[in-house]
Amino acid sequence: MSGVHVSTTINGDAVEFVCNADEPLLDVLRNRLGMTGAKEGCGTGDCGACSVTINGRLVCSCLVLGAEVNGAKVGTIEGMAKGDQLHPLQKNFISHAALQCGICTPGFLIAAKALLDKNPDPSEEEIRFGLAGNLCRCTGYDKIVRAVQATAKEMRGA
Amino acid sequence: MRYEAPETLKSAVTLLAKEKGLAFVLAGGTDLLVKMKGGFLEPDLVVDIKRIKGVFDIAKSATGFRIGAAVPGVQLGENAALVKAWPGVVEGANLIGSKQVQGRCTMVGNLCNGSPAADGVPALIAANAKVVISGPKGKRTIPVEQVPVSPGRISLKKGEIIEAILLPKRPANSSDAYLRFIPRTEMDIAVVSAAVNLTLDGKGTVKDARVVLGAVAPTIIVVPAAAKALIGSKLDAAALEKLAAACAAACKPIDDKRGTIEFRTKVAGVLARRAAEIAYKRAGGK
Repeated sequence: MSGVHVSTTINGDAVEFVCNADEPLLDVLRNRLGMTGAKEGCGTGDCGACSVTINGRLVCSCLVLGAEVNGAKVGTIEGMAKGDQLHPLQKNFISHAALQCGICTPGFLIAAKALLDKNPDPSEEEIRFGLAGNLCRCTGYDKIVRAVQATAKEMRGA
Repeated sequence: MRYEAPETLKSAVTLLAKEKGLAFVLAGGTDLLVKMKGGFLEPDLVVDIKRIKGVFDIAKSATGFRIGAAVPGVQLGENAALVKAWPGVVEGANLIGSKQVQGRCTMVGNLCNGSPAADGVPALIAANAKVVISGPKGKRTIPVEQVPVSPGRISLKKGEIIEAILLPKRPANSSDAYLRFIPRTEMDIAVVSAAVNLTLDGKGTVKDARVVLGAVAPTIIVVPAAAKALIGSKLDAAALEKLAAACAAACKPIDDKRGTIEFRTKVAGVLARRAAEIAYKRAGGK
């Protein structure tokens, strides 16, 4: 199998890698670039644990080929905190105990950020629909929804 | 497997036409990559069409809308003019998968996946939408309903690519709606679905109608008798009753874990009636 050479931007940094033609972006991130924030839950786009953004669009990195992101802008959970400064969503996930085992958390944070970027004042229903592509088997979702609501309020300065 | 991302339709067609092994087009990949991951498909060549000019464009012209093959669901919902003209088409496409899937999934991919339960397709057929196909012998344009042949099979020939979907220009007082039944509130496969596209006259009488059902036959079906039941009416109870009966009569569903024949046949009429009422209101009927 011949390698595909890819030049891309991840969290603002120029990155180059060589991957197999059929290799999912998720595997490239985790196994070739050491960015293990995105998790593999199902590998078929059902659980959202591998959520990233590509050119600002929320996607499952397991359903994207590494080869496809040539020239694109990829955003991962590793780019969410600014140095030691956690994103308000990250802080609120901690203070609301919106996680237990933590496997789903990076995906929820990426999806929640994508939701708030588009809709700074979502209703509870909009939050639940917005996060329907992310599965969590620990929290029962309620604490996640509360954390997102608190963040939305905080970020609106309300 | 080889991955190619050509910059012109012509080179994409040539790559697909010349490939001796198994070749697939990649746009959103939300079906293709799942099948590859599950070992159901082992392509020799994947042709990514997203570098081809125009595939992400939604163009409005005097003749209607032209939607590029790689336009993802989320982009359809962001286009206010498209949502206004074809709310049913957009709501169908937007029901596919999660927000993550919406970031990638395309109507053309949904169509080419060939599922009779595809949420993105019934409203397109109800809209009299067409697809523009590029192939080794040039371009051709065919109605959307001529693409699916049977579950998982489509009429495209080797080397052919759907480059865009064409939605016709809207007459005044027209609108559409799409509804599906699923046992949950989101992210599921339609057990039954219905799309209705209506045009009213100035007084609210239905002038033109098209009724389409999904997941009740080997392919998505057009039900002319159901449309006939609506034409000339103001969606009174008798017309809606006739519509539901015509829909039930057209169903040839299977029994499976998601729904029985009896359930699908009954619910097809219920959904068609509700979709007709929504489309009627959207078209300005009272």
